[in-house]
Amino acid sequence: MRIGVFICHCGENIGRTVDCPEVSRAAGKFPGVAVSIDYKYMCSDPGQNLIKNAIKEKNLDAVVVGSCSPHMHEKTFRKACSDAGLNQYLCEIANLREQCSWVHEDIPMATAKAIDLVRIAVEKVKRDAPLITIKVPVTKRALVIGGGISGIQSALDIANAGFEVVLVEKEPSIGGHMSQLSETFPTLDCSQCILTPRMVEVYQHPKIKLLTYSEVEKVEGFIGNFKVTIRKKARSIDETKCTGCGDCAQKCPIKKKAFSEFDEGLINRPAIYVPFPQAVPNIPVIDRTACTYYQTGKCQLCKKVCGREAISFDQEDILLTENVGSIIVATGYTLYTIDKKPEESPIKGYGEYGYGKYKDVIAGLQFERIASASGPTSGEILRPSDKTVPKKVVFIQCVGSRDESKGFSYCSKICCMYTAKHAMLYKHKVHDGEAYVFYMDIRSGGKMYDEFVRRAIEEDHVKYIRGRVSRIYEENGKYIVKGEDTLSGMPVTIDADLVVLATAMTAQHDSSKLAQKIGIPYDKYGFYNEVHPKLRPVEVSTAGVFLAGACQSPKDIPESVAMASAAACKSLVLFGSDFLEREPTVAKVNESVCAGCFYCRKVCAYNAIEIKEIKDRQGKLIKTVAYVNSGLCQGCGTCNAVCPSKSVELIGFNDEEIYAEINAL
Amino acid sequence: MKIGYYPGCSLSGTGREYDLSLKKVLNLLDVELEEISDWSCCGATSAHATNHLLSTILPVRNLALGKKQNLTELLAPCAACYNRLIVSQYEIEKNPQVKKQAFELFGEFDSKGISIINIIELFQKIGKDKIIEKREIELKGIKAACYYGCLLVRPFEITGFDDSEQPHSMEEIISAAGAVPIDWNYKIECCGASHSIAHKEIAVDLSEKIINDASKHGADVIVVACPMCHSNLDMRQKAMKKNIKMPVLYLSEFIGLSLGIGANELGLNLHFISSDLLLEKVK
Repeated sequence: MRIGVFICHCGENIGRTVDCPEVSRAAGKFPGVAVSIDYKYMCSDPGQNLIKNAIKEKNLDAVVVGSCSPHMHEKTFRKACSDAGLNQYLCEIANLREQCSWVHEDIPMATAKAIDLVRIAVEKVKRDAPLITIKVPVTKRALVIGGGISGIQSALDIANAGFEVVLVEKEPSIGGHMSQLSETFPTLDCSQCILTPRMVEVYQHPKIKLLTYSEVEKVEGFIGNFKVTIRKKARSIDETKCTGCGDCAQKCPIKKKAFSEFDEGLINRPAIYVPFPQAVPNIPVIDRTACTYYQTGKCQLCKKVCGREAISFDQEDILLTENVGSIIVATGYTLYTIDKKPEESPIKGYGEYGYGKYKDVIAGLQFERIASASGPTSGEILRPSDKTVPKKVVFIQCVGSRDESKGFSYCSKICCMYTAKHAMLYKHKVHDGEAYVFYMDIRSGGKMYDEFVRRAIEEDHVKYIRGRVSRIYEENGKYIVKGEDTLSGMPVTIDADLVVLATAMTAQHDSSKLAQKIGIPYDKYGFYNEVHPKLRPVEVSTAGVFLAGACQSPKDIPESVAMASAAACKSLVLFGSDFLEREPTVAKVNESVCAGCFYCRKVCAYNAIEIKEIKDRQGKLIKTVAYVNSGLCQGCGTCNAVCPSKSVELIGFNDEEIYAEINAL
Repeated sequence: MKIGYYPGCSLSGTGREYDLSLKKVLNLLDVELEEISDWSCCGATSAHATNHLLSTILPVRNLALGKKQNLTELLAPCAACYNRLIVSQYEIEKNPQVKKQAFELFGEFDSKGISIINIIELFQKIGKDKIIEKREIELKGIKAACYYGCLLVRPFEITGFDDSEQPHSMEEIISAAGAVPIDWNYKIECCGASHSIAHKEIAVDLSEKIINDASKHGADVIVVACPMCHSNLDMRQKAMKKNIKMPVLYLSEFIGLSLGIGANELGLNLHFISSDLLLEKVK
């Protein structure tokens, strides 16, 4: 063999503690080494040229570079090798920096260790086989889960770039929480006015396949090649026939008895309903748990009144399969409820605020509905219990958030802003009303955000009290709010007509279930984890899956939209090439030796081991063996370690190579 | 059923009727009390306001004595004693240094092997069925405000008992006696506690709010499980602006009435506020 050894000084990083010329001299005497050179910066252009020229001039058939960690420059040196006509997998790195010079002080000893490390690499490279990168085709189609503002933004960005998108939303309409909001901070523009054009655009877009009232059932495959099973829940309506005229909802005898999710329970809805007037699609759904027909077998009034014969009581759930190359998860958030929850839940509820028994102690989203023109009071501020105008309103921030005793130590981030907005909207509509805000800190970082809060305080005279509320109880139709003003050190009691709680933003209650289907890590609160909090904020550790919006952590609209566009962009990067190149260093099963015990299948963290049937020519089953899906395999080697018959080998790190490295010591 | 008994100072002093009624009631409900012999002060407010170590060691002495008597369960009817005992037990498990000191003083013993219960927990153990079975008089129509005060339900992390913000366990016991527990706002508000001694006006003011709220919600009686609360709510009524005359009964006295024990036998005559009107209703 003709091996070239190249020792890098890395400026002083390696050279300070390792005698690089000495390492180079020693390596030159190793059997098989044809040339050994040391140089100050091997990763520089002249350094790379040293390697390239040596390969050509000395006709080298393998290269060892003694330098920094392979995480840093393995790619660089492999590229240099392949540029000079050598297979890039015949280039090995001896880590002389992170694992030698940086962790030692004694020069002779560090130098001796460096020589050992180079010898190990030389022995390995002698046994390396030329490998070819695996090419995986890319399905240029994306799945977006969640049809809130984040999902809508991601779907539109990808579709507008010319690629197909499947948008899945579990509710009957897209729009998410943003469609429930009255006005948005810090500009006070109407939420629906800015959202609905985008909802319509999604609906009309030829590249977007919209699946509402649907949920992801199963995700198989890997980056570029996901196979997703989607459950399209039975709407009990034939979508091809329905015109959205609304006659059915008018006639429904349940009228206003079922809990309205859109209006946060402030008013009720019929059993057959469209969540809100601008819903997309404008097709109703039958809530089977509320419908008289499904509960008693009688009624069918909606069917009688429907001129299009669109009501289909015996409709069933349908399972659809979609092939996509990337998945964007934009499943959003839900609000903490102050009610008492079952013991197993981390949510403890607020006994001090009555566990939700007072009608006029409401959550932020309920206030949004009250303040909204499309809400149950048509935008007039009326309290839920007796529909009177509240003259004194107390807003309490950090209800659940930053409260470890309730199970959440994080800041929900948006409440300072929306509470200021609520207080402002209230003051704009009830001029003689008094608004109080109890806060811990005001966190209003953002463009025009702090100015907005100042406006609430200075122009709209909202009274901000720094302190917590210890108790709320009802007395003569008033809500006695007892708290502390920590700035004056005095107890405060306010007899409020309405109390609005800025309850914590929490992950969707079933976020862990979806995470397990797709393979997304999540934190103790159920929020999805990105790969790197700073440099890779939209990617997750499962390749080809991206995050957008509040499913990752509490976020406001601008941040969600920015993240959604970033996730779309990451998808488009993937769609930019026809094939994905993957490292060929994956596991491979020797089928003639494999006994089919499938220990490997049990330990594989990436679900990369499949069951393969070996049949004879007559089609008779001889045996079942393990088969590695090289698209999914991450080359971790766990299967290799557990295989009792040693029939799994990790390409590029096979037993022969590893033994040679050990023997070289 | 046999249960260890730690009366504490109140039950032999200001809260004598609590001890009296409790023993009478438990006798009827087939519970035998075994008092810790040579028990000493739990340290009360004075100890934990002055010396943390002392406040922990004093109750532990009683646990050590209890263990010597082979007790596995220990009833502390006074809410403050209950709190001091259970907090100290928790404290020595958390702090090996203090545990070592305690063991040096009292000898090694299984400090976790004795479970400390309050009076509500005792009635829960006895069971509602047993109370109903032994009930002589159904306290029908009697509207009772159950008052927990501060120590019985706090800190939840240590006591693990009921709910610190919206407790409901006492309500369940008194409904077994046939009474109607009312929903009111002040069941865990502070009565002023030992401010009663140095700053009487604070205790009067705070206790008055409690009495007023119970009265506003239609209570005929306030039921308590703490001698300190009892003394403030009962004794300080005379100094209050509104003359409501709300009877304040210990839980044991209230249950005792339903078991048919005479008012004076239960010690109702020892209260400052007369229970005559209430007793009229009971008949």
